[in-house]
Amino acid sequence: MSISNFKLTTEEYEANFADIHPPFENLTAALVEANRCIFCYDAPCMKSCPTSIDVPKFIKQIATENIKGSAHTIFTSNIMGGGCSKVCPVEKLCEGACVYNLMEEEPIQIARLQRYSTEIAIKEKWPLFTRKPSTGKKVAVIGAGPAGLSCAHVLSREGIDVTIYEKEAKGGGLMTYGIAAYKVTPEFCEDEVNYILSLGGIDIKYNQEVGKNLSLSELKAQYDAVYLSIGVGLARQLAIPGEDLEGVVDAISFIHDIRCKGYDQVKVGDKVAVIGMGMTAIDAATQAKRLGAKEVTMLYRRTQEEMPCTQVELDIAKLDGCRIVWLAAPKEVLGEDGHVKQIVCSSMVLGEPDASGRRSPVDTGETFTLDVDMVIKAAGQMPFEALVADNQLANKYGKIVTDSNGVTNINGIFAGGDCVNGGKEVVDAVQAGKDGARGILTYLGS
Amino acid sequence: MADISSDFLGIKSPNPFWLASAPPTDKKLNVLRAFEAGWGGVVWKTLGTQVKNVSSRYSAVDYHGSRVMGFNNIELISDRPLYINLREIKEVLREFPDRAMVVSLMADNTKESWHELIKQVEDTGAHGLELNFGCPHGMTERGMGAAVGQDPEIARMVVEWVMEAATIPVITKLTPNVHSVVPTGLASVQAGTNALSLINTIQSVTGIDLDTFVPNPNVAGKTAFGGYCGPAVKPIALKMLATISQNSTTSKVPVSGIGGISTWKDAVEFMLLGASNVQVCTAVMKHGFRIIEDLCEGLSYWMDDKGFKKLDDFIGKSVPTLTNWEDLDINYHIVANIDQDKCVHCGLCYIACEDTSHQSINLDYGKPYNKYTIKEEECVGCNLCQLVCPVDCCITMVEHRKGPEYLNWKDFQRLGLPLNDH
Ligand SMILES: Cc1cc2nc3c(=O)[nH]c(=O)nc-3n(C[C@H](O)[C@H](O)[C@H](O)COP(=O)(O)OP(=O)(O)OC[C@H]3O[C@@H](n4cnc5c(N)ncnc54)[C@H](O)[C@@H]3O)c2cc1C
Ligand SMILES: Cc1cc2nc3c(=O)[nH]c(=O)nc-3n(C[C@H](O)[C@H](O)[C@H](O)COP(=O)(O)O)c2cc1C
Ligand code: SF4
Ligand code: SF4
Repeated sequence: MSISNFKLTTEEYEANFADIHPPFENLTAALVEANRCIFCYDAPCMKSCPTSIDVPKFIKQIATENIKGSAHTIFTSNIMGGGCSKVCPVEKLCEGACVYNLMEEEPIQIARLQRYSTEIAIKEKWPLFTRKPSTGKKVAVIGAGPAGLSCAHVLSREGIDVTIYEKEAKGGGLMTYGIAAYKVTPEFCEDEVNYILSLGGIDIKYNQEVGKNLSLSELKAQYDAVYLSIGVGLARQLAIPGEDLEGVVDAISFIHDIRCKGYDQVKVGDKVAVIGMGMTAIDAATQAKRLGAKEVTMLYRRTQEEMPCTQVELDIAKLDGCRIVWLAAPKEVLGEDGHVKQIVCSSMVLGEPDASGRRSPVDTGETFTLDVDMVIKAAGQMPFEALVADNQLANKYGKIVTDSNGVTNINGIFAGGDCVNGGKEVVDAVQAGKDGARGILTYLGS
Repeated sequence: MADISSDFLGIKSPNPFWLASAPPTDKKLNVLRAFEAGWGGVVWKTLGTQVKNVSSRYSAVDYHGSRVMGFNNIELISDRPLYINLREIKEVLREFPDRAMVVSLMADNTKESWHELIKQVEDTGAHGLELNFGCPHGMTERGMGAAVGQDPEIARMVVEWVMEAATIPVITKLTPNVHSVVPTGLASVQAGTNALSLINTIQSVTGIDLDTFVPNPNVAGKTAFGGYCGPAVKPIALKMLATISQNSTTSKVPVSGIGGISTWKDAVEFMLLGASNVQVCTAVMKHGFRIIEDLCEGLSYWMDDKGFKKLDDFIGKSVPTLTNWEDLDINYHIVANIDQDKCVHCGLCYIACEDTSHQSINLDYGKPYNKYTIKEEECVGCNLCQLVCPVDCCITMVEHRKGPEYLNWKDFQRLGLPLNDH
């Protein structure tokens, strides 16, 4: 048993990380699917999209071969419509509401159609939006993730000059650093960010971290308004013995390395345990497997009924050969010479429903032990509580409290995205960015 | 099993499906393949003075991702030497004596040339002649084809010439490029034609290439009006056929129905409106001869289901149901009803009725699914919602008569009954 990199050949890595939802091969294929859409009125798909993309309209526009119009329709509601078409859990959003489901037929491939138009638009750099003349107003956005970019785009369109401060060297936020590598490529993320910036009026300053080399109060003094879209960052600790052993990693940094380093540079064990059953856990498990781990076991304290990931995501993990153990809570990681050797789990049963309505797991007192050489923790992420509290922002366990337009307790400071909702999807962050922009525009009186 | 064999003016065929005069019937090779596949008969590609075709020749209209809803061509009559056509007809007749062999003709505009052509064709042993008075392009400029069919008096004259010479049955094929097919049909019957066939193609422009600005089909940067056919023309062909079936004179001769027939259902519809048999062109040009299998099987199972033993049992059966608008029963009233268990909440019925009909559907907002119900007192029974609903049998039209007795528009006026007040 060993934890190592270079487990596979270049070809194997490429095959394993190839696009999980391949695009339509050509216009004809897209047309056939577009023509299946019956063009619902007050469409359920549109109502199920957090950014309210006019789905029937953009699909109809593909059907009439008005691809520019189609891309414009998408981007008007969701400037990250390209990325969303690759990463959204559409089975619980638009496609999940498609009326074809009620006819016991395959829903329209909305994401794939959305990808069709937006990819062409991004590749061809279609200038679909123009800025209004500059108003002279300046807004600082902190964090170049989906929420920040979306907010900046709306503001710039309205003639506001936007400066984004981003602590990393690239934009896109978790789109670039967190989402599974078989969903989006670094090149796509870069192209998408550049496409958004091509509007003009948005300047990104990289390697600038608020709380380190910049302060919120300085920014507030320099700008007419500030939008906080810093996401959530830190991985939740398990708080169990053995967590500091070599071979225990958190999912976020594991995936960050996959996205940033090159597949053959990322070390993975032969026998890997993944703790958690959210989207991040699934992504960590499947990517560990795709990096060449022989056995991947996912451990979850509750049952399939309560799992936070969708069935589609679970199926990806299962098809990748990941083993799932329900009702297993990690108790202790055991090591040898400082390296992970085993993980001890408590067997649980479901008890009474808790505050969230989910039945909470109760320890049976029995345990079991798995031989592993790597443990990936994906038990959720924590907000940047210190940064938030230090700046006197009203918050709930570090999640910034805002109204529906991103207005915080501090005049002129707005917030949205994961740092407010605690961690949802890209599409929610994009909508938050739009809402925040609306709040800021109202505040600036334009 | 129902008997689907057909007898058209004594011309027998094992089924009522003939190939229309067109490229599928323009040479021995095709026709042999068609007969091997099971086609009942052919109308050989129109013969006359040999012509030269251009390239390209065809274009199509696609609809909602489905190819060739309508088809258009700028081809002329046969471009092969007459003597080869005649020899091949003879050879095919020898190999398939049980199939109908009708030959389409379009002679130059003199009695002599018609008589000469008829004699040569009859010498092959062919079973019948079809007069092409319909070709809408190329030939009309030469005073032939539709130019003949569009003028009842010229048609009458040509049919008279033909009847002087012909000893085998003569079918006159009508052009749809007229406001009514009846005058030419009537003139042809009065002049002695033994049967009619309809329709030929409809003059059309199928579309324009938005990059070159040249309509289709493009012949070196120019185009000409072509003849339209295929599924798109079926409703027009059926209407024209019906007018021939309603006329007391033209209804006396058998009619061969043509125009957009692709399936056995289409064929049955033509026969219900009075066609004794049918001819097919575009559907085989799209799918090949193999579609004959389902044409025959579908027809035969349908006849069994309905208890029809032979074709004559249902030919013309729908003609008496066609009446004048003034004779329709105004007291007949239907109201839409939505089956909530089947409804998938697409809202198509709602927006159609709300924007363009009678605002008779109610919307109860839901996320993501709205609920739609009919306002029965508002519904005028137009069928629109039912037509646009994507779910089979989800919307049904339920009868709610306004009065028990039959009441037509003339009675309605005579009785001074009230018109709508909103
Ligand atoms: C492993 C994983 C997988 C996921 N998979 C999916 C998926 O498949 N589909 C999906 O829709 N969503 C997925 N998500 C969720 C999605 O990525 C987030 O909801 C979304 O990116 C949130 O956008 P945001 O702009 O609020 O925050 P982020 O994307 O986190 O962006 C915040 C940005 O702020 C920067 N920043 C943070 N602090 C500072 C600071 N102090 N100063 C300056 N800059 C700062 C960060 O570097 C970052 O660029 C996934 C998340 C994770 C962790
Ligand atoms: C390419 C082409 C060539 C045709 N040539 C002739 C012809 O020579 N003589 C004729 O009477 N009709 C001709 N027609 C008309 C067909 O016989 C037929 O009347 C018409 O296509 C309608 O039938 P459909 O809808 O089944 O195609 C031609 C049609 C096509 C498509
Ligand atoms: S039948 Fe016509 S009027 Fe009645 S509900 Fe349907 S669309 Fe409206
Ligand atoms: S069209 Fe049919 S399925 Fe759609 S909402 Fe109306 S009744 Fe329901």
